[in-house]
Amino acid sequence: MTISTGPLSGSRPRVGLFVTCLVDLIRPSVGFAAVKLLQDAGCTVEVPLQTCCGQPAYNSGDRATAQALARKIIGTFEVFDYVVAPSGSCAGMMAKHFPELFKDDPDYAAKADRFAAKTYELISFLTDVLAVTSVDTSFLRKVTYHDSCSGLRELGIEAQPRQLLKSVRGLDLVEMEEATVCCGFGGTFAVKYEEISSVIADKKAMNIEASGAPVLLAGDLGCLMNMAGKLARRGSRVEVRHIAEVLADITDTPPIGRGQKP
Amino acid sequence: MSITPTSAQFKTNAHHALGDADLQSALAHVPTGFVANRASAIANLPEFDALRDSARDIKNHTLAHLDLYLEAYEEKVKAAGGHVHFARTSDEANAIVLEICKAHDAHIVTKGKSMISEEMGLNDVLAAHAITPVETDLGEYIIQLRHETPSHIIAPAAHLTKAQVEGDFRRAHVDLDRARNLEEPETLLAEARTILRQNFLKADVGITGANFLIAETGTSIIVTNEGNGDLTQTLPKVHIVLASIEKLVPTLEDAAQILRVLARSATGQDMSVYTTLSTGPRRADDPDGPEHYHVIILDNGRSSMLAGPFKDMLRCIRCGACMNHCPVYQAVGGHAYGWVYPGPMGAVLTPALIGLDQSADLPNASSFCGKCEEVCPVRIPLPKLMRLWRDRAFERHLMPWTQRAALGFWAFFARHPRLYRGATSMAIGMLGLFGRGKDNLNALPFLKAWTKSRDFPVPQGGTFQAQWAKRNAGPQIKAPKS
Amino acid sequence: MSDARTEIFSSIRRALGVTSTEAPRRAIVEDRLERAPKGIVPARGQGDPAARKEIFKTQALRAQTSLAEVASLDAVPAEVATYLRDNNLAARVRGGADPRLASMSWTETDFILEQAKEGSDLTSISIAFGGVAETGTLAFVAGKDNPTHLNFLPDHHIAVLQASDIVSDYERLLRKLRMVYGKGLMPRVLNFITGPSRSADIAHTLLLGAHGPRRLHIIIVNDV
Repeated sequence: MTISTGPLSGSRPRVGLFVTCLVDLIRPSVGFAAVKLLQDAGCTVEVPLQTCCGQPAYNSGDRATAQALARKIIGTFEVFDYVVAPSGSCAGMMAKHFPELFKDDPDYAAKADRFAAKTYELISFLTDVLAVTSVDTSFLRKVTYHDSCSGLRELGIEAQPRQLLKSVRGLDLVEMEEATVCCGFGGTFAVKYEEISSVIADKKAMNIEASGAPVLLAGDLGCLMNMAGKLARRGSRVEVRHIAEVLADITDTPPIGRGQKP
Repeated sequence: MSITPTSAQFKTNAHHALGDADLQSALAHVPTGFVANRASAIANLPEFDALRDSARDIKNHTLAHLDLYLEAYEEKVKAAGGHVHFARTSDEANAIVLEICKAHDAHIVTKGKSMISEEMGLNDVLAAHAITPVETDLGEYIIQLRHETPSHIIAPAAHLTKAQVEGDFRRAHVDLDRARNLEEPETLLAEARTILRQNFLKADVGITGANFLIAETGTSIIVTNEGNGDLTQTLPKVHIVLASIEKLVPTLEDAAQILRVLARSATGQDMSVYTTLSTGPRRADDPDGPEHYHVIILDNGRSSMLAGPFKDMLRCIRCGACMNHCPVYQAVGGHAYGWVYPGPMGAVLTPALIGLDQSADLPNASSFCGKCEEVCPVRIPLPKLMRLWRDRAFERHLMPWTQRAALGFWAFFARHPRLYRGATSMAIGMLGLFGRGKDNLNALPFLKAWTKSRDFPVPQGGTFQAQWAKRNAGPQIKAPKS
Repeated sequence: MSDARTEIFSSIRRALGVTSTEAPRRAIVEDRLERAPKGIVPARGQGDPAARKEIFKTQALRAQTSLAEVASLDAVPAEVATYLRDNNLAARVRGGADPRLASMSWTETDFILEQAKEGSDLTSISIAFGGVAETGTLAFVAGKDNPTHLNFLPDHHIAVLQASDIVSDYERLLRKLRMVYGKGLMPRVLNFITGPSRSADIAHTLLLGAHGPRRLHIIIVNDV
């Protein structure tokens, strides 16, 4: 099932939004923010029925499940010009690891490669493909930005979010120490090795607090939930949001871990 | 193998490590020291990344022709008057060392730092034959006094505080004046230097490792900062080099390429203080140097790694950058990994050398942050290799059954999008009930591992897909513009 | 032990899927060993002799050495005497049979010709085979002229380096080594030394003089 949005037009890139499990389940506002950013940048956005990119299976050694899910996604998104996810981790899985999953499958490898080549993380898609250089919005707060590992190291996302954040009127970006160090989430790592994950998250929370910024942004909801959960447990009042919410000016919903309804 | 691995108890080891205040205070130095120093060293060398490619290519080339380079190396060592011994296992290598020591009636053996010797468990073997091994690298010496194994491949005592070292010296150095002030690292160093100097001059045999073996010349190279390796190999009448098969490089030029990335990656120095190239025993007009020069080349499972995907791991030059930069290593230190090699390189190498069933936790205990691969001077894809071990662990059912069951349950729904949408909507509804009126969930029965140490944010309510479907029900409905 | 050797070689060849007889593989290996191709040589050590000397000095200072310059080999003993006085050391140095050392006039300082390895002397002197500008590194070769242990046993190591022996990079030093010793042949020991001995093994605190010299004093002889 595919739902069309926006007028169909040859010149408008047709984007399939890969919404990601966590955004789907925990924080739909990130999905709507992504839709708005993509539409504002001139894309036609559709959201085909979908589940998961398969990363939990892939990183747990269950390649058969990972391949089955990958095939499903590649088929579902075949019709789109681009596949965009508001997550460096899921986008990295699809753009970097799907080809790896099928590299020994002569019938499917080329298909996986084509899919990977049109798959992007949201913010870098806006800047690198759509040449967006600024957003027309304001956010009168001091914020700090955490570089999530997959986006940073698999997809090279580092300058792009900062570029767009600096275009937000009134936003004051302050860098924390060790912004590029892991927050301790790591998907199933966070529950399989809870104790270690928690210690890493504590160090990250201290760096966030020491930055003096009352708002923390990042591009991956998994990391954000981990950091928000740790900050809340430490009694910190730092507000945690997905970067897309600020760029799309969808900040009327409470920050992560602060109440259910606006 | 002589060291009993505790890698199978990784989680328990890690739990103790996290509660060990001394360890945690020692580990706090890792990011400020190694990590910061490496960053400044590579900032001063624009060619660093190109040199990493070069180092990787040299290692790959050597491994692909390893048999021929080993032959060439062996010929050159013999031509220089040295001896080359091959050992399939640790036991064979230990037996060769013992034989040489006995042939020279050795009582005291000084040792430069050698990870191979840790792998062999050589010290216990020597001691069992009334030969006293004296570790001379300061860190190794300290942990030898404590009957511990190294917690880091280039900084063996990285897990200890100054006060712990002082306690060890007071206990072990029986002639030490009780009143002597040993509060400062300087005085501790002076004390160790005095004790070890006596041993250097008394030793009958000196054993070192090797950072490289050079096929072109039959040369072995050691890299140190203290100079202990040089005193170990220069003063006694016998020098034994312990090296594993993958230490080969073709030429001096090749070694120069890799040396340029080694120290920078390890300690952030441009070069370590002492890089020593040794070729054969003392010559006719030499006033010093060993009369006998032996090289023991150990396989211990490495040759079979050449066949598969773990061949990449044989490029490793043991710089320690992966562990220095690893958030997991920084949290738990090296001993938690339970065998000789800790951190990301250990998580890949240990299962290959002692078996995955003994060490399945190691490649799993990573958040896959990718920092290790980013800093590796020979570009080993460490996360990819850890994932390959996870594949094998899954195939062999080495994962706890609860985890496997949870994964299977999740996979079923993930494969069926319509069921998934229904089930997730229901689950989110229930979570919403749990969390009604709250910001965070701090005790969820099915998310205990998460909520033990951090809150779980209450979902906004409703899944994105359900809301999207609702908002877009009917023909030509635009996405909500908020 | 020969069966261990045979088995290891067969295991390597099995894993690589090769025999020992493939002519092209042998040719590749022989060619590389013969040609010893250079890899990437950093730009930072390059320059004319004067520039190389300055780079060498900068890098050596970064590695915590101390430096002095003199106009000729004849001026070395006076600089040694100054160094010993400045550091309150006995007026005595131990050195090898290098004719350059022997030809110097040691009037203020006792020059003791090293014969046995003593380990008790505070100061040694040796003449470097060369210096590498790239990293401020000294190269020493073993032999009776400059015995290896003198680089390690004393507390103070005074190294004499002729400016004409400073090369830009390791590759150039290796070329010089091959000219002196022959292709594929080496001195028994070649020491690359970059700064005085150090350790950070106690509580991650960097200290100089772990087992080797606490001080490395380089006297550059401006012979170019």
